Amino acid sequence: MEQPTTTSTPHSHSGSPSIGEPMTLRNDTAIEMQNLSAWYSKNQVLHAIDLDIAAKQVCAFIGPSGCGKSTLLRWLNRMNDTIPGARATGKIALHGVSLLDSALDVVDLRRRVGMVFQKPNPFPKSIFDNVAFGPRLHRIYSRTDLEELVEQSLRASALWDEVKDRLTSSALGLSGGQQQRLCIARAIAVGPELLLMDEPCSALDPRSTASIEELIRELRATYTIVIVTHNMQQASRVSDSTAFFYEGKLVETGPTDVLFTTPKERRTEDYVTGRFG
Amino acid sequence: MKTGRTIPQAKRILSNRLMWAACLGATTIAVLVLSALLITIAIEGTGALSWSFLTSFASRKPAQAGIIAPLMGSIWVCAICAIVAIPVGIGTAIYLEEYARRSRIKSLIQLNISNLSGVPSIVYGILALVAFVRFFGIRSADDAWTFGNAESIFYLQIPFGPSVIAGGLTLALVVLPIMIISSQEALRSVPQSLRQAALALGSTQWQVVWHVTLPAALPTIMTGAILSMSRAIGEAAPLLVIGGFLLVFQTPANLMSDFTVLPLQIYNWAGRPQSDFHKIAAAAIIVQLVVLLAFNTIAIIIRQKLQRPLQS
Repeated sequence: MEQPTTTSTPHSHSGSPSIGEPMTLRNDTAIEMQNLSAWYSKNQVLHAIDLDIAAKQVCAFIGPSGCGKSTLLRWLNRMNDTIPGARATGKIALHGVSLLDSALDVVDLRRRVGMVFQKPNPFPKSIFDNVAFGPRLHRIYSRTDLEELVEQSLRASALWDEVKDRLTSSALGLSGGQQQRLCIARAIAVGPELLLMDEPCSALDPRSTASIEELIRELRATYTIVIVTHNMQQASRVSDSTAFFYEGKLVETGPTDVLFTTPKERRTEDYVTGRFG
Repeated sequence: MKTGRTIPQAKRILSNRLMWAACLGATTIAVLVLSALLITIAIEGTGALSWSFLTSFASRKPAQAGIIAPLMGSIWVCAICAIVAIPVGIGTAIYLEEYARRSRIKSLIQLNISNLSGVPSIVYGILALVAFVRFFGIRSADDAWTFGNAESIFYLQIPFGPSVIAGGLTLALVVLPIMIISSQEALRSVPQSLRQAALALGSTQWQVVWHVTLPAALPTIMTGAILSMSRAIGEAAPLLVIGGFLLVFQTPANLMSDFTVLPLQIYNWAGRPQSDFHKIAAAAIIVQLVVLLAFNTIAIIIRQKLQRPLQS
């Protein structure tokens, strides 16, 4: 159960499994998927996915547009429930709890699984109220407890120093990068076990992207993180393991450095080296 | 690649100027007609405006006639209309936009609401006459179910008869489709990303509506409410059908009171042959416009209050 150090070398896998060997998980498994297929109406977008994601690691989903990676992400917190005609078969388990169970309390699930979206989507409320939004939905806090929780969350998302003097001003006045970090703070404040990030940097400039990436590496100590990204460098910088999807199928998965340096599949190699995609 | 023929620059500039002139012309016509109307009314009516005009009841003598009864009647009826139509309208819009799944029944409801907004208001008057005033003939007026004391403000009888509450409910029917449609549009304009953000934090559907969608849509909903109430305060036809009175010598005391409203009073006075009555009709129109402006001002103030936390 070794935990890679979070600061110096983000993906220093000692003893990567050699090619052809089944991937062994170094940590506890957070998410297990078996034979997962998903549809939007009659259009099948995921085909029999088998994938395990380790706890307290960053797993990157990569692949060309329309490969199903975002769909898969949105099944992990059942956000697809909001889309008419979306359905899935197979099995997804989060720490042993089956997520596709029709009796599952999705509201409770989404409390345990935070999500950060492609475009920063802060509520048109104050910075404080944005972070306090989730906690207030689920529990009643005293003012001081809530203030403490908001501060912790903003510190965890490396935003506290920038906003501590203007917590009551609107979140819409923040820059794009700050807004995205606020959205991360908002997700963290609920106390999730798993953080889903759907291309969190695609709407941001390089500097903001760098700060979010640094934040992701720090958050790995506390949370299991699944990140969808179109940016190959980003995947290699922030993730411990990577899953490559193509046309709704999981082509290859493994430790990030292995997948990027010595991929088993030809298509993976073509994609990560930028030959298509 | 086909390149197409170049449109001459002069032609583009000319068409731009022409459209500008056409739009300006359209605006000018609208403004001119409105100002002509307002100026005529002002010239004719201001002379008749006085404190006693506002505080007196109707009279056969134009010099002594006043509008306290229709003024208070309008306020009562519109208040009832607002209390009923605004929450019901917003509630319906929330159901249709936030809860109802796409289905044939939903499209049918939607189609009907759109159609209802185009139904002449007098038709609502006929419906209200049967439903509210006569209560489908289940009980006669002499044999009404009575609640409370006739002097009390909570006095209520069913069937309502041609009372303030029947008038208010009638107007609520008239404006409900407008209220629903404008609220729906307001809710639809709230970005989907905000709903997703709230859902992803573990909100129930109601928490999404209450904490996110509704606050974001409320300023626009208030605009719809202003339009609805402006419509309600100007309606005369449906109230005439349900038996709104033309001459009333009391202000409403409770929901069962007889009533008249400003448009009915104006209609009454404007139809008389004596020109003195036309003057007080014009004065009543001025009062009606002021009441309308007051309603809108209140709504705008509420809207500003609601908007404040959203600004940066």
